[in-house]
Amino acid sequence: MRNAWLLCQKELRSYFNSPVAYIVLTVFLLTTGFFFTSSLFLYDQATMRTLFSLVPVIFLFFVPAITMRLLAEEKRSGSIEVLVTLPTRDWEIIVGKFLAAWGLVIVAVLLTLFYVLSLSMIGDLDGGETFAGYLGLVLLGGAYAAIGTWSSSLTRNQIVAFIISMAIIAALYMVDDLLPILPMSLAPVLQFLSTSYHYENISRGVIDTRDLIYYASLIFLMLYLAHHALASRKWK
Amino acid sequence: MIQVENLTKQYGPLVAVRDVSFTVSTGEILGFLGPNGAGKTTTMKVLTCFMPPTAGRVTIDGMDVFEKSLEVRRRIGYLPEANPLYPEMNVQEYLTFIAGIRGVAKAKLGDRLDAVAAVCGLKEMMRREIGELSKGFRQRVGLAQAMIHEPDILILDEPTSGLDPNQIVEIRNLIRRLGEEKTVILSTHILPEVQATCDRVLIINRGRLVADGTPHELTTQFHGDEQIQLEVRGTTGDLLKSALATVPGIVWLEVADGKDVTARITAERGSDLREPISRCIVDQGWTILELHRERTSLEQVFRQLTSTEEGADA
Ligand SMILES: Nc1ncnc2c1ncn2[C@@H]1O[C@H](COP(=O)(O)OP(=O)(O)O)[C@@H](O)[C@H]1O
Ligand SMILES: [Mg+2]
Repeated sequence: MRNAWLLCQKELRSYFNSPVAYIVLTVFLLTTGFFFTSSLFLYDQATMRTLFSLVPVIFLFFVPAITMRLLAEEKRSGSIEVLVTLPTRDWEIIVGKFLAAWGLVIVAVLLTLFYVLSLSMIGDLDGGETFAGYLGLVLLGGAYAAIGTWSSSLTRNQIVAFIISMAIIAALYMVDDLLPILPMSLAPVLQFLSTSYHYENISRGVIDTRDLIYYASLIFLMLYLAHHALASRKWK
Repeated sequence: MIQVENLTKQYGPLVAVRDVSFTVSTGEILGFLGPNGAGKTTTMKVLTCFMPPTAGRVTIDGMDVFEKSLEVRRRIGYLPEANPLYPEMNVQEYLTFIAGIRGVAKAKLGDRLDAVAAVCGLKEMMRREIGELSKGFRQRVGLAQAMIHEPDILILDEPTSGLDPNQIVEIRNLIRRLGEEKTVILSTHILPEVQATCDRVLIINRGRLVADGTPHELTTQFHGDEQIQLEVRGTTGDLLKSALATVPGIVWLEVADGKDVTARITAERGSDLREPISRCIVDQGWTILELHRERTSLEQVFRQLTSTEEGADA
């Protein structure tokens, strides 16, 4: 675990040593800020609800942009060869990289607390609802970061990794929108698979362990698959 | 002690390394010589636990590279062929990161950084971003990375590729110095490199080991006879011929008359006939203008071994 932490630190340092982190954070804040202020004047209500419904859509681009380089770039440059011949386990590499990406997503999410602060000064903000919304975002971001980590482990091309993760994220977010065109018997399955269904549950303020377990299993599954891809070099 | 037994590695249908066996003893500098595509990198990737062999067994200090992978990796320092680094990190950050995962104790870290910076000539570069460094300095960063944890074994894949002649000499000297205490395996497709640095040479061609020995052994083993070139004043060809007939060990003799007599002597493998020949000529009262032994160079051995196509080893 110590190695995973060292790798996570290295990855975070790489984000902040290169323009990547600054660019994605700026774009993230500009888009959320734009929608936040416009909806604020539109509805004249002290609520973060518009932001909470909007961020998942922004995440569709934002998280893949953060995760695309994680393993693809190591494979392209060949530095993966140095990494896996260090005395560290493959899963530590995967977990370290995932944590760094999730960390950056959380930083972005926390930066929007600035909006919460300004709202609470002009009106009465529902604390519980806001907290639940943030918890939902952090978990959703974690699931997306794990999806991105897996996608990045499949290719040496960052653009391909970006597209794969965006496709998976979009598919999982929208599967429950297929409900009307599919047999009713499938409804519970599709709902259970859908990230948006669980996200909305949590944002509503009902924190059910089933939703938490859903996110934990999704993250676990994605990291397991990423580990599998990294270990594939060991197939004889 | 590294033991490679019947190592075979296939990439799909392509057999990159076929049934290779050798051992490397502690403190040896072993050169892995072969043309591009011979299988040098593939062998090194198995030794460094990057990937398992298709067949065969590799042990390091008695530990199988795949059963005891973590323990083996701790003892090895590896410089991959492409020397991949993280361009956005500075040298110090990078070496600190590697040292961290290598388990170098915090208390020792400063000393180790100073030591590798000194040995690799990186003192002025520690705060520079790796992406800004010249190829030569990047190569030194790669070497520093491989030795930060004082490994017993260094595996260096083409450590001097892409460097200019001065840098090559520096890196070779560095490897020589490292080899005084450590086991070093380096690969190269450049012949003078092994002659300049290695105690022992393995020549590999098309995935097969074709020769194993010291540079000296290989040159005597693979080209039999020695040639001696001679130029003598004060005699004739026939006189020289009959005089030399008394020297044992001469296999073949060609003389050419001229103002001075020249002779080309082929002697038995491994013999050194310079002394008896010169004594014989001096005893006759003639003058030696030139006496020169031509030995097969490692280069000739290398060409001979690696240009033989399938026919030779089938
Ligand atoms: N990852 C790979 N996939 C398929 N073939 C490979 C791979 N790596 C190397 N090869 C092939 O294996 C053979 C040996 O390559 P390599 O070990 O890199 O040789 P060398 O290092 O001696 O130049 C070559 O024919 C090369 O094309
Ligand atoms: Mg090679």
